[in-house]
Amino acid sequence: MILLNLLVFGFLVTSILGLTASWVDRKVTARVQYRVGPPFYQPLVDIIKLLGKETLVPTGSYRSVFLGAPLLGLAGAVTAASVLWMNQIHPQTGFTGDWIVVIYLLTIPSMSIIIGGFASRNPLASLGASREMKLVLSYELPFILAMLVPVVHSGLSIRLGDILLAQREAGAFAGNLSGILAMLVGLLCIQAKLALVPFDAPEAETEIVHGPLIEYSGTGLAMYKLTKNMMLFILPFFLIQMFLGGFSLAGWGILWSVLKFVGVLALITVIRNTNPRVRIDQAMRFFWGPMTVIAAVSLILALLGL
Amino acid sequence: MSLKLKALLKSPWVFHLSTGSCNNCDIETLDCLTPRFDVERFGILLAGSIKHADVLLVSGSCNRMSAEKLKTLYEQVPKPCLVVGIGTCTGSRGIFIDSYNCPVPLDKIIPVDAYIPGCPPKPEAIIAGVVKLIEKVGKG
Repeated sequence: MILLNLLVFGFLVTSILGLTASWVDRKVTARVQYRVGPPFYQPLVDIIKLLGKETLVPTGSYRSVFLGAPLLGLAGAVTAASVLWMNQIHPQTGFTGDWIVVIYLLTIPSMSIIIGGFASRNPLASLGASREMKLVLSYELPFILAMLVPVVHSGLSIRLGDILLAQREAGAFAGNLSGILAMLVGLLCIQAKLALVPFDAPEAETEIVHGPLIEYSGTGLAMYKLTKNMMLFILPFFLIQMFLGGFSLAGWGILWSVLKFVGVLALITVIRNTNPRVRIDQAMRFFWGPMTVIAAVSLILALLGL
Repeated sequence: MSLKLKALLKSPWVFHLSTGSCNNCDIETLDCLTPRFDVERFGILLAGSIKHADVLLVSGSCNRMSAEKLKTLYEQVPKPCLVVGIGTCTGSRGIFIDSYNCPVPLDKIIPVDAYIPGCPPKPEAIIAGVVKLIEKVGKG
């Protein structure tokens, strides 16, 4: 049962939806720039092509870690996705503390990028990995503070199922003042978690040519791309579960769920297309300064019951 | 045709290398990525790292300094890969044919799959060349 959940919902459904999300992102980007954009099957073709290419291991790299790191990231994304899907389908079956587990699992793809970057013995990859590490340090604090707001609203329960059920009764938490503030912080943290512009300093293409991924080719790169595409679905999904009442998979609810997801995704894409890249110190100041203050204020408002 | 090759032709990521060109061919190549021509329609993206590339776009007359680098880079492209020479310089060394610094043409250094002539070739010519190359490889 658990294996089925991991394979079908964690991997298959999430990767299909993730690849679709990646196409939506690329197509919207193209339309913003008055271009036509890639066809629907493009993200899938990219992955298949990379799987068929030669895998090169640079001389002097730590071979087993270099080749194992992408697998670690993919495993983290698949596990996080299956916990989220399980809570979505049967909200009662979750265990106490899966909120904490999901927050941990969502950092594993970033960790795998750091490990892979440092293992590849490339100066630009090391630079990118150290930037990624600083970015993780800076966005985790406001992200966890913001994600505590739904916990407070659902009566201090750290079960994802309770948070979903509480929203089914009382309406989405984004309807409250504290909820909308925390969701704003969460959205910007997701932007950094996905390493999209304006927080794409770790893999700045024009500056340090994809940073940690610079030495990857073939299967390793395919796995990183797939993990990134899956995260493009998982993180908005987590945000929707926390603040917008999750998906509903019956009748007209499906349409409403798709609308929620595409709305969050379009917001991420528009932020990515209308902003320049910030330096890593600016990103850190932004997250530790205004974002942490807003997240703390929304937490206090939530504790006051607003 | 195998699935591997089919997928490669549907998403060729391009690495752009100048071996001592006068920069005109490079500007025309970058024009292909602008909204007016938009090669992302065909899945073509500009790769920053040579390890991500499927197509090596070479421009310039392959002078003595860059010929060695060109060889190193060709060895680093994950196979299967394609090589395209852009501009008259890569085809026949153009006006530099008598120069002391351009000893051999491009295909004496690495195998070349297609040449796109012109000084510089228009973006339309580059796209037409890439489409012809894809058709050629697709037929076998």
